[in-house]
Amino acid sequence: MAKILVVTSGKGGVGKTTTSAAIGTGLALRGHKTVIVDFDVGLRNLDLIMGCERRVVYDFVNVINGEATLTQALIKDKRLENLYVLAASQTRDKDALTLEGVGKVMDELRESFEYIVCDSPAGIEKGAHLAMYFADEAIVVTNPEVSSVRDSDRMLGLLASKSRRAEQGEEPIKEHLLLTRYNPERVSKGEMLGVEDVEEILAIRLLGVIPESQAVLKASNQGVPVILDEQSDAGQAYSDAVDRLLGKELPHRFLDVQKKGLLQRLFGGRE
Amino acid sequence: MNIFDFFRERKKQSSAAVAKERLQIIVAHERGQRSKPDYLPDLQKELVEVIRKYVNIDIDQVQVALENQGNCSILELNVTLPDR
Ligand SMILES: Nc1ncnc2c1ncn2[C@@H]1O[C@H](COP(=O)(O)OP(=O)(O)O)[C@@H](O)[C@H]1O
Ligand SMILES: [Mg+2]
Repeated sequence: MAKILVVTSGKGGVGKTTTSAAIGTGLALRGHKTVIVDFDVGLRNLDLIMGCERRVVYDFVNVINGEATLTQALIKDKRLENLYVLAASQTRDKDALTLEGVGKVMDELRESFEYIVCDSPAGIEKGAHLAMYFADEAIVVTNPEVSSVRDSDRMLGLLASKSRRAEQGEEPIKEHLLLTRYNPERVSKGEMLGVEDVEEILAIRLLGVIPESQAVLKASNQGVPVILDEQSDAGQAYSDAVDRLLGKELPHRFLDVQKKGLLQRLFGGRE
Repeated sequence: MNIFDFFRERKKQSSAAVAKERLQIIVAHERGQRSKPDYLPDLQKELVEVIRKYVNIDIDQVQVALENQGNCSILELNVTLPDR
């Protein structure tokens, strides 16, 4: 049965799009037919992160308005056989997405995909609500920082009360915490909230910890989801998170300060 | 505890620890608000306006709480009047 995952946070700039691209690609890598849907109307960016920006012809809003079929709008990934992207519209009309229209598209996607990954816009208004409304599971992306943690908690409240599952009295959305942009060095100095702190406050299951990493910028520069950079810390951390999402038990990595090599220490090189 | 101990104590608490403490308090508070129906803040505001026609009070002198008991809810209204 198809599963709808929403990648959400409340706060902007915490890593939702980076995460949607990585997790969606990771699911496809493991053989699951996956589509990543950009809900950020007016601020389309998933296409750039996935490296398919020049192949967008039709978008999500075109499909809702009946200007294109879903088949026409789905962009097939060039690297992976079973990975697709549905781009957001660049329209400035905030009401371009409707609950009814989104519901229809989700139903149609359910028929041909195993995983539907919804990349939510920031905020807790209409766009973010539509992105999470039909979800079965939620990945709450949080940075170890006060405003991000608070916004995540507000989003958890909305997931529990304003989603389709909540309204219909079904089993609640399964919530996962993904802590991103984690800097072990600053945590060890007491300058940044640690994993345990955030876990204790939000009290939901920890899916993974993604370290602050230069690999993320490099990957986005090239339009390659960072999970495909298998050598990188962030890529490996996302890979573990996907395995956990699929039910594997794995220890969390990249939580401790990496010891610098002698040369790095001598020349003050940055990792 | 002398003054030097005082500063040493303060210094011990890292900024991350301060962040955690503040978050625990605000998140607990906001979770409490969440379980209330949406109309409570408006109800409280309008009550304050009505009472203000007669007595000058601050908004925090009117407390509105909704309590669920089995299949009925009790709306509890607490108004603190200023000293005369
Ligand atoms: N783990 C990370 N390490 C370093 N930079 C990151 C990391 N995750 C995200 N970023 C950067 O943060 C910025 C916002 O990320 P993005 O995924 O677009 O967030 P959102 O979709 O939540 O607005 C981007 O510049 C991205 O490259
Ligand atoms: Mg985004």
